[in-house]
Amino acid sequence: MATVSTGLPLGGVAVQKEESAADQVSQWTLMRWRFMQNRLSVGALVVLILMYLTAAVAPFLSPNDYNELDTDHAFAAPTRIKLVHGWPSVCPLTQTLDPDHFKWVYEADCERAVPIRLFVHGAKHRLLGLIPTDVHLFGVVDVPPPAEAAPSASKTAAKDSVASLLAGLGGQNVAGAASAQAETKAEKPPRLFFFGADQQGRDLFSRVLEGSRVSLTIGIVGVIFSLIIGSLLGAFSGYMGGVVDNAIQRTIEIIRAVPTLPLWAAFAAALPRTTTVTQRYLLITIVLSLVGWTGLARELRGKVLAYRALDYIAAARLAGSSHLRIVLSHMLPNAASHIIVIATLAVPYSILGETSLSFLGLGMLPPAVSWGVLLRDTQQIQSVLIHPWMLLPAVPVILAVACFFLLGDGLRDAIDPYS
Amino acid sequence: MIDTQRTRDDGSTDRSDRIGARNLLEVTGLKKHFPIHGGLLGRLRGYVRAVDGVDLFIREGETLGLVGESGCGKSTAGRTIIRLYDVTDGEIVFHDPMLGKIHLERAGTAELRRVWMSMQMIFQDPFSSLDPRMSVGRIVAEPLVVNKIARGSELRDRVAQVLTAVGLRPEHVSRYPHAFSGGQRQRIGIARALAMSPKLIICDEPVSALDVSVQAQVLNLLEDLQNEFDLTYLFIAHDLSVVDHISDRVAVMYVGYVVEVAPTEELFRNPKMPYTEALIGAIPPPNPRLRSRPVKLPGEVPSPANPPSGCYFHPRCQYAQDVCKVERPPLRQVSPGHYAACHFAETLSLRGIPTLTSAVPAVTMATASSVTPTPAAPAVP
Repeated sequence: MATVSTGLPLGGVAVQKEESAADQVSQWTLMRWRFMQNRLSVGALVVLILMYLTAAVAPFLSPNDYNELDTDHAFAAPTRIKLVHGWPSVCPLTQTLDPDHFKWVYEADCERAVPIRLFVHGAKHRLLGLIPTDVHLFGVVDVPPPAEAAPSASKTAAKDSVASLLAGLGGQNVAGAASAQAETKAEKPPRLFFFGADQQGRDLFSRVLEGSRVSLTIGIVGVIFSLIIGSLLGAFSGYMGGVVDNAIQRTIEIIRAVPTLPLWAAFAAALPRTTTVTQRYLLITIVLSLVGWTGLARELRGKVLAYRALDYIAAARLAGSSHLRIVLSHMLPNAASHIIVIATLAVPYSILGETSLSFLGLGMLPPAVSWGVLLRDTQQIQSVLIHPWMLLPAVPVILAVACFFLLGDGLRDAIDPYS
Repeated sequence: MIDTQRTRDDGSTDRSDRIGARNLLEVTGLKKHFPIHGGLLGRLRGYVRAVDGVDLFIREGETLGLVGESGCGKSTAGRTIIRLYDVTDGEIVFHDPMLGKIHLERAGTAELRRVWMSMQMIFQDPFSSLDPRMSVGRIVAEPLVVNKIARGSELRDRVAQVLTAVGLRPEHVSRYPHAFSGGQRQRIGIARALAMSPKLIICDEPVSALDVSVQAQVLNLLEDLQNEFDLTYLFIAHDLSVVDHISDRVAVMYVGYVVEVAPTEELFRNPKMPYTEALIGAIPPPNPRLRSRPVKLPGEVPSPANPPSGCYFHPRCQYAQDVCKVERPPLRQVSPGHYAACHFAETLSLRGIPTLTSAVPAVTMATASSVTPTPAAPAVP
């Protein structure tokens, strides 16, 4: 290297650039740094993470079983929390029918207020779908019922009898529960309804939490399907060019030209009605992705076309790389950030899609619960006027969609600071 | 630039030492036509004759400059020669040190991959030629990894060695391209081309995108690497002063074909083709007191999709005669080592300029670089 060192009088000078930490890091790290500077997006990310965590442990956070019917609390308004001896407590309600307006009127009896306690025993559920438990984060501790139903914490049999006696065990044996309710009406403990109750007296708060499991995941699963279809067809379209490209692009244009809602409706109408909840869930995601893949395919095609013309792809070919290697080690890593952004921005549309479909009765069907299913109850404007809390399931929809948009914007700014 | 001066002052001996007798690459009648599709049904409307009959040869160890205006097809010619593009017509014969004589125009993928081990390319744009997602180490190592030539510590050593050769530090392997300036990025590109120890490097305007001061550094680096590793260059450029600085011979292209080839000094002093005369007449003279009298060319460069009949240059040529409109003159040897594609190459007396370097050393450097004020500039260690 002797010749080089003498022959390069300026070489040494040229490369002596300020050494900084930023020189050593990968593009991903740079993007993370840029993203972290965007507080709004970071906030949105935090909110979303919290929402997904909530959905994961929904039954644990719900004070009531989401399917528990309670005709004594039909259309009960959101429960007022009263401080008794400095402790938040719930007053029992007595239900009377207002004969003039033909609606239920509730009267609180705060003499018999019952405190809200943490980690109470209630309906059985599986924590994270794995650990069977009956502990809930908070709830109303029962008034100790007289006689034989005295709580004996060690005996599960006794607890079961208490539960079936008082709570009707989640609507599964509604008839039995109803008769039990009739007998023990006087001793019934007060109920905690943060968001009020629906027509059947089911706890809206617990239902919103339960619905988030479907609504939040269906968006992501749908986008994953879109991602698979879209990136395959998009990359294929861009890489092959010619007739294939033309055919795929024209198909996309036709799909995009059809208004989204009727298209969803058409797909959803074609679905078989006799399906289990899980099957229905998967079918809905497929419907959503059949419509949603077009944008992604377009974007990816554009990226592949742009990368194909770049010199580093030519250099990779001259290095002897195969087409597969070029796609895997050059094109995909470069497109990955864009794919992530497109996917993030597609999730809210997917969530809105599921909500709209379920609202119209074409998506998830009862007894499955999703935000769209819950909002179906607001289709009667009269009902909304009298029971405005029925609109509360729209709040998490708005929150989730807004957060996804903010997150997607932040990600886009982070990967592409010049646009 | 002491280095440059050395090459220039005793250039004759230095060069004849370097240049072998054998041809490394022979290109005959190379054509690359791109189809034009148009209309509602995308029917074939015609062809862009980007490269339309290029003839050239490169001897081992020499630098052949390929010059021409923007859009004359010189880059396409370079990319077709290395087979990034498929060949429409013509022959490319490469004398591979390992594989022997190879007809590149009909080489298959597997064969090309082996040829590319001894034939590499340096790209014009130092920004788009480096994958932003790869560290410098991975970029330079890619050819070695893909061809399974080195791995582990051997790979690291080779990468460090090549980076040192181009004036970068081995510690730079963990950095990403965005941390480097244009000139440094070009050095990374050169390092990648060198990694496989190639014989022939096609330099596709390697300094056009760089600042003038950095241009000189990269040009000198290329010259030094040529001496050190016995490289042969096909040096594509549109800047005549750059080409004059680095080339042993120069080929001039006009609308897709080579119109004149000659040793650098001969071409500048004694052009045989009117287009070359106009091209070198446009170089501003180094002395501000002198008024240049460039040969003014009427009209525009014709479109390669619709070239003129006969000699492509005839509509703009002040010496054109009837035969020029009908018959395209072949590239033929006019005097030993001097080829020209003109019907009247022998009879015309065209105006050249004394070669830039020998007449006014400062000027070459002033245009090619702003680094050397006088020939006596001291060497920087």
